[in-house]
Amino acid sequence: MAKTIVVTSGKGGVGKTTSTAALGAALAQRGDKVAVVDFDVGLRNLDLVMGAERRVVFDLINVLQGDAKLTQALIRDKRVETLFLLPASQTRDKDNLTAEGVERVMEELRADFDWIICDSPAGIERGATLAMRHADIAVVVTNPEVSSVRDSDRIIGLLDAKTAKAERGERIEKHLLLTRYDPIRAERGDMLKVDDVIEILSIPLLGIIPESMDVLRASNLGAPVTVCDTHTAPAIAYTNAARRLAGEEVPMTIPGEKRGLFGKFFGRRAA
Amino acid sequence: MTETLTDTRPIRLKGRSFLAIQLSPELPFDNWLARLDDLARRSTGFFLGRPIVLDVEGLDLDQDQLKDLIAELGERGVRIMGIEGARPSILGLGMPPAMRGGRPAADFDPPAETTPEPVAATGKAEPGEASVMERPAEAKPAATRSEPVRAMPSLIVDRPVRSGQSIIFPEGDVTVLGAVSSGAEIVAGGSIHVYGALRGRAMAGSVGHSEARIFCSKLEAELVAIDGLYKMAEDIDRRLVGQPVCVSLDGETIKADLI
Repeated sequence: MAKTIVVTSGKGGVGKTTSTAALGAALAQRGDKVAVVDFDVGLRNLDLVMGAERRVVFDLINVLQGDAKLTQALIRDKRVETLFLLPASQTRDKDNLTAEGVERVMEELRADFDWIICDSPAGIERGATLAMRHADIAVVVTNPEVSSVRDSDRIIGLLDAKTAKAERGERIEKHLLLTRYDPIRAERGDMLKVDDVIEILSIPLLGIIPESMDVLRASNLGAPVTVCDTHTAPAIAYTNAARRLAGEEVPMTIPGEKRGLFGKFFGRRAA
Repeated sequence: MTETLTDTRPIRLKGRSFLAIQLSPELPFDNWLARLDDLARRSTGFFLGRPIVLDVEGLDLDQDQLKDLIAELGERGVRIMGIEGARPSILGLGMPPAMRGGRPAADFDPPAETTPEPVAATGKAEPGEASVMERPAEAKPAATRSEPVRAMPSLIVDRPVRSGQSIIFPEGDVTVLGAVSSGAEIVAGGSIHVYGALRGRAMAGSVGHSEARIFCSKLEAELVAIDGLYKMAEDIDRRLVGQPVCVSLDGETIKADLI
């Protein structure tokens, strides 16, 4: 049974695209067949993060408009062979996204894949609402700071009101993915703490991704964090989040909580 | 430099509602205006001093046509306070603002005959061409003939109220099982009960009910208001923030107490 996930946040720059690629790759590494779909028409990025920008021939809009078949537009990842990318169009306008077209493509993808992960554009406009429209599960990407938390809260409200599932009277499953978490700054009070964010948003926590140079490095290399180097802290955090999505019980660790004497000393000095 | 206010009394923001007459013009306008003239002739001054809303829903109009229509109505002493159902593109500068969210109410009585002539002789005035619109904030309709508001004791919201959502319930109390987020708002005719953190705006007694109160298990509100008197987050006693609090009105001041 295929599951459709939307990775959304409201606010821009919090790590939706990075998370889509990392979770998609981590699920595919388990052997599941995964399609990651870029809904950010006009500002596509997912192809870059996946390192597939030179292989884009057809895109989502071409498929929606019937100019290309879905199989022609899907790009198979070179490293993980069960991972596929459906890129967004960089040249078209987002008005080309139609509700009927999106529904048809999502149906087609569901027939063929175990997971469909939709990378939502920022904002609450058409692209974002269509990306969440057919989702079973929402991964709400949030940074530990007030503006991101408020925007996520707004998105959760929309998820409960505007998705096909909500309109059928069902509840969409929502998970919080806290990204760019810096334990030292959280300790100093420069950032919201994990508990504060969970308390405000009141949705279950899927994972905490530490702020790390490894994320930037992976993006620049054009590889999902979980493929680039599987031993880095963010890669482990994303892999664990993907395992939780797949239904495994994985204990949650809050970065920085197991810091030893040196860590505490360092933390105090940094303050 | 910030100016210091010598008078610290807060400004009262009150909701008020009026019954408006809704005019729904039909094409061709000449014919419709003739019928309107006829209606006006039978009751001089019927439109004077009444709020009138123009409903152009479903009419294929351009801006000039709408402007002409408003001018024609103006010549007849019919002043439009708002336009419903118009595409934003046809509303130009100097035109009445767009209105939405109107709720239907009972039809207005067509003006009583001022001449003894029978209706059939005077022509085509149809009852129902002037119907009534009720403003959303309506609680006590001004006109006696409007439908009575059904008494609804309370509204229960069994999920958190998220940023950007607003719960408006002029009929009575609102109870929220969960938090009210920053950027969310609750407007109740009666009291507001929040079983969770109140981080957004809560306005109780919005229809002039000064006995209304706001209860919450954790006060972090951006704004609390009762019967139009409000208090911003900054004016709330720091010691009460984060505590379970009851907000009530004591004369002209908002009072907050620990529960």
